[in-house]
Amino acid sequence: MINQYEKTDEKTYNEQMDAFMARIERGEKIEADDWMPDDYRQQLIKLISMHGVSEIMGALPEKEWVPKAPSLRRKLAIMAKVQDEMGHGQLLIRVAEDLMAPLGKTREDLLDDLFTGRLKFHNVFHMEAPTWADAGVIGWLVDGAAIITQTMSLDTSYAPYARALYRICAEEKFHAQHGESIVLTLAEGTPEQRDMLQDAVNRWWPALLMFFGPPEDGAISSNQQRNMQYKIRTQTNEELRQAFFNKYVPRIFHLGLTLPDKTIRFDEAEGKWHYQQPDWEEFKQIVKGNGPCSKQRLQLRTMSYKETQWVRDALLGNQREVV
Amino acid sequence: MVEGIRIATAEEAKENKQYLTSLQELLFQLADDDFILAYRGSEWLGLAPHIEEDVAFSSISQDTMGHSVMFYEMLEELEAGRADDLAHLRSPDAFRNAILVERVNGEGHYMEEPQYDWAYAIVRFYLYELFKLVRLESLHRSSYQPLAVIAQKMMTELRYHLYHWQVWMEHLVNGSEESCSKMKQALEKVWSDVADLYTFGPKGEEMVRFGLIEGEALLAQRWMEKARQALESYGLTWPGKPEPAQLSGRAGQHTEEMVCAVATLSEVYRLNPAANW
Repeated sequence: MINQYEKTDEKTYNEQMDAFMARIERGEKIEADDWMPDDYRQQLIKLISMHGVSEIMGALPEKEWVPKAPSLRRKLAIMAKVQDEMGHGQLLIRVAEDLMAPLGKTREDLLDDLFTGRLKFHNVFHMEAPTWADAGVIGWLVDGAAIITQTMSLDTSYAPYARALYRICAEEKFHAQHGESIVLTLAEGTPEQRDMLQDAVNRWWPALLMFFGPPEDGAISSNQQRNMQYKIRTQTNEELRQAFFNKYVPRIFHLGLTLPDKTIRFDEAEGKWHYQQPDWEEFKQIVKGNGPCSKQRLQLRTMSYKETQWVRDALLGNQREVV
Repeated sequence: MVEGIRIATAEEAKENKQYLTSLQELLFQLADDDFILAYRGSEWLGLAPHIEEDVAFSSISQDTMGHSVMFYEMLEELEAGRADDLAHLRSPDAFRNAILVERVNGEGHYMEEPQYDWAYAIVRFYLYELFKLVRLESLHRSSYQPLAVIAQKMMTELRYHLYHWQVWMEHLVNGSEESCSKMKQALEKVWSDVADLYTFGPKGEEMVRFGLIEGEALLAQRWMEKARQALESYGLTWPGKPEPAQLSGRAGQHTEEMVCAVATLSEVYRLNPAANW
């Protein structure tokens, strides 16, 4: 049982809850062993395990380009980058594991949820990456988008998540530089290289907008509201997307690239970007597992997991003998 | 062996045409072994038995790829061509790697339905790196000083790799019946290719005469002593002296698997080798 006061009287629980919320409001950080309400724990598990498996699933589209990277230096850099993503997945899953432990759930349950589609992963990792320029755009803009959401979450009230994010953000900055370097080289390259880059930007644009989630349009979901009360997050989807535009739209134009949205413009008076909404119905379908590469990537992960089941069994067998 | 030969720089090596040719041939073997095996390692990215191993294995593959880059850059200094061209533009028969490192990881493709064999990965990487240690120890005494220096640096990393593979060997040979039987099968498979590792190809005798490396037989013996002791300590039966390999990678003979590997590795670079990537 996660809530040690569940079976006692309501008042005690309420007192605990009030004390917890007072801590949150004072800006205190919550540790894994501290008392926390069930839905705080549930929100964190949902958020962090999705973030963790997204890192792991995110290694797959880039992994496609590791052997093909077009120079020895690029090969080394992208190998290191994909390794970092797996490392982030590991850090986050460790944080999620601690939160799940009182529920009697383990990493195996988490992976099982991924395989059966109960646990979603980020929309961007359901997409195709058919050229080398896609590897550049993923590093530059997808990691760039991730830096924006993760930097916000550095202030999260849950301390173990904040500590993991602190490390992750530091590495993500290198990734964005790695991606930017690929993109700059292609932008300054041959006409074919520029075309390859422009195609990749066009291809990734809707997915990048979707990355931050649907806009609130003044109606913040109860889920978001709760996460903001708990100070798990501090900004809305739309605020994050606007921050992304501020940072990257000028840079994209500066490279002489175009966006597949002719309407995008910054309104000085309102201080915000107007842009064409991506197809949010398509977004729902993608995260449900009906994106262009959803099945193939999930199949890759599921299959490799099954293929190596005998290895984990052998290791567990060893452990039992030691115990 | 030419006694007391000591070449301090690339410039000096270039003065003796015969020495230069032998040195380049040796460096191609060293570079290509690491380059192709690191590629096989990188195909495993995201597919290892658990996340922690994925991170560790990737780190080893990066070190190995890094070593190949150092060797290719030495070749560039010796005017064999640009390092990137050497890695990406040669045809498969110009590669000098041993057959063992080019073998596929298992059935399937790294992007689709990979049925990769973890036991084979462990045994192959372990026995290759064990040989690499023996080879680096010898290269540390090479007449070509830049190579002797680099060998020393690589050995430090290699000890960590070997420790990693040893733990896996121990755990899987002594894990379950299934894992033990898979490890035995993997050993058998590796064994049929392994002799190619410690051959130096048609220019081998010259390499030894110039003091670039010690003789094939000596290295083979050192490696076999270490391998035998290790395998027996895990409870495996020593398979006996490896049979000479069917193909000689050192002489540019390769499998169809190598043709695919080279095509994948150079797919983007070949779009335009003159472009900046």
